[in-house]
Amino acid sequence: MAKLRGTGMAAVNYPTGMHLGGDPTQALVHATTTGNFVVTLSSVDLGQGLKTVLAQIAAEALGVPFETVLVDTGDTDTGPHCTGTFASRTTHRAGNAVVMAAREARKVLLEVAAEELEVNADDLVTDGEGSIHLAGAPEMKISVTDAALAAHFVQGKTVSGRGVYLKPMSPMDPETGECDPDSTHAHACTVVEVEVDTETGAVAVLSIKSAYEIGQQVNPALVRGQIVGGAWMGMGHALSETTAPYYPAIDHAPRDFLGYVMPGAAEMPEVECVVLEHPTETGPFGAKGIGEMVANSPIPAVVNAINNALGVRITEIPVTPEVILRALDEKAASAA
Amino acid sequence: MALKDLKIVGKSVRLRDLDTHVRGQTTYYEDVRIPRMLHLKMYRSPHPHAKILKIDTTEAAKQPGVVCVLTHEDMPGKKTFTPLAAIGVAPEDEPILAFDKVRWKGEPIAAVVAESEAAAKAAAPKVKVTFEELPAVFDVEEALKAEAPIVTPWGKNYYQYPDDHAASQIRYGDVERAFAEADHIVEDKYQTKPIEHAPLETTGCVAKPEGNGRYTVYTNIQALYFALDNTAAIVGLSPAKLRFVGGTVGGGFGGKVDIQVEPIATLAAIKTKRPVKYKYSREDEMRVSSTRAAWRIYVKDGVMNDGRIVARKITTYQDAGAYIRLSSYGTMKHAGHMPGPYTIPNVSVDAYCVFTNRPPSSAMRGFGVMSGSYAIELQMDKIAAVTGVDPWQLRLINAYRNGDMKAHRKAADDAALVETIQAAAQLAGQALPADFAAMSSDDRKGG
Repeated sequence: MAKLRGTGMAAVNYPTGMHLGGDPTQALVHATTTGNFVVTLSSVDLGQGLKTVLAQIAAEALGVPFETVLVDTGDTDTGPHCTGTFASRTTHRAGNAVVMAAREARKVLLEVAAEELEVNADDLVTDGEGSIHLAGAPEMKISVTDAALAAHFVQGKTVSGRGVYLKPMSPMDPETGECDPDSTHAHACTVVEVEVDTETGAVAVLSIKSAYEIGQQVNPALVRGQIVGGAWMGMGHALSETTAPYYPAIDHAPRDFLGYVMPGAAEMPEVECVVLEHPTETGPFGAKGIGEMVANSPIPAVVNAINNALGVRITEIPVTPEVILRALDEKAASAA
Repeated sequence: MALKDLKIVGKSVRLRDLDTHVRGQTTYYEDVRIPRMLHLKMYRSPHPHAKILKIDTTEAAKQPGVVCVLTHEDMPGKKTFTPLAAIGVAPEDEPILAFDKVRWKGEPIAAVVAESEAAAKAAAPKVKVTFEELPAVFDVEEALKAEAPIVTPWGKNYYQYPDDHAASQIRYGDVERAFAEADHIVEDKYQTKPIEHAPLETTGCVAKPEGNGRYTVYTNIQALYFALDNTAAIVGLSPAKLRFVGGTVGGGFGGKVDIQVEPIATLAAIKTKRPVKYKYSREDEMRVSSTRAAWRIYVKDGVMNDGRIVARKITTYQDAGAYIRLSSYGTMKHAGHMPGPYTIPNVSVDAYCVFTNRPPSSAMRGFGVMSGSYAIELQMDKIAAVTGVDPWQLRLINAYRNGDMKAHRKAADDAALVETIQAAAQLAGQALPADFAAMSSDDRKGG
């Protein structure tokens, strides 16, 4: 009996957006008289940080401080349509809609500011810190808040914009499968080291190292959160998680987290990652989707590492200790 | 390569609701406190496949605190639905509440609505249903055999794609001719099992009558309008009479794209004229919410001695469980993703969406693609072993490049697999030969 080490790798791509398209999202942006901008939509934040990244995208496109952008989402009476948060689509789809709406609002904002400053709107720039000023002449300026006030009370204009993103539906040819299924692709490559106890069948994951390419990152800390969380999910999928331990039989289904085993903090190795940025022309500021792909390369990398450690060929997940011990028995029997 | 002139995109600003998450002050759907709220618990099928002979709710209705018990007879219009009907998925196969048959262990039959969660829970087992058990089928390939018990209302245990195709398919090049010319044939079978989404916040909603003919549904659904439209069609209201409120959810992973709690809670609110909460327990989440599907994938590759893959044939069986839900879409996404991030001149895919008497599966993070990536990346290691080509080099040789034609006949753009593999090699201390380290997604030098 021994503890055997192995290394495995896996490389994947992942499509951004609902398969075959046809999944629109709208956004509205308007300035209030408080100096804030409101992004109104009906997209859902699952905890991944959608409200944060859409506020960043809106602030960037408007040219105003991040803190002054509020995201008002999740009410179908007030928020325009969103197809939903899935398919790695929302940063891309809602992000594009927000950019479009924000650019329209910014145009009005600069026109209002130009009238107040008695200059040409094309010559104005925003500093991202709450001021609009003449390019090359920072002293010729007006605050965003004062411009918003002037729009409402003096010029009688709304500083607002409308945005929508729709990739039209591309049907899949039933015979050949010909279609235009996605907007762009993100990429990942993961390397995993494991140590397998040949007596107990227990697997310790020693390291997870990944490279990702996801277009422009909107928020690197949240991207890292997805990558680490996905590595953990991938470990669980690869090693222990299932609602049908004797699939396809339906018995022995777990009813809680005692029967449904997920890795604990003590089982998690340090997750190292590097993120490459190849901006896509289709995405908001070049962003692709990262939400779904983050377990996809860790899972096969873990199984490849186990096979590498043991000199066996396991092809099913989860690779429980029982699966490992049976594979070792089979290997011993065929060697004998 | 990143865009350089950005001020706030690309910065790690603090998660907007981090502080309120950590302090327990974020408002989720359950934090909406509504007076006179009722609670709903479901009586579910104890059998994986059975005829329903009789449903008797008399005893359950008499239990303390019970306000009403809903069955299929309370449905105002249609008794079945399928969530993607609006994009052409058909037929509407899934009962909102079962009537003539149950097709999986856990299928909802009667909704018990009571003054408290405890009262609803205590009364639900008092529903009496007379069943005639039927033979069940659990394995995807068994389900496709001629003698298998029939799961679906249309008599075939697979989803019918347009033009009577039994599978979502890709046909590109000529795999059989390429197999005949290949130096090696590499084949294997890959299997994944059902997986639970395991969100911290379990699935749930509160449906509230507004007293003016409109209903507000507070929900943790991942797609508000999608749930609204489906709910309206089921409860027989104009979509304009519904308002769905949510947007802040404690984890989804695809499990909350299913339309499971909102229609029945809304129907109960219409019937009782009171707010109704329907929340999955952790056990419900584990046992009756959709899972990630189990996938069985057969891969057959034709490979040359130098590691070039010249043909890939894939036969996939996705276990949809008893009903379509989002599965036929996932099968298509799976087929469309093949043959993975590699350029292969001959590709054939048959991806079957198969019905069994198992709990319905549905979307989960990486729908259709996770299983495909799993099978392909294990297969790549097998090819490496058979040909003696290093696993890193094998992937770089075959990695897709910009301009390459994919099997679904769209030219590749935004490719960066080569650079991603090179970066991972560097991170992991894996030395690549100079010609492999110099490869690029923009040309095929050395590849």
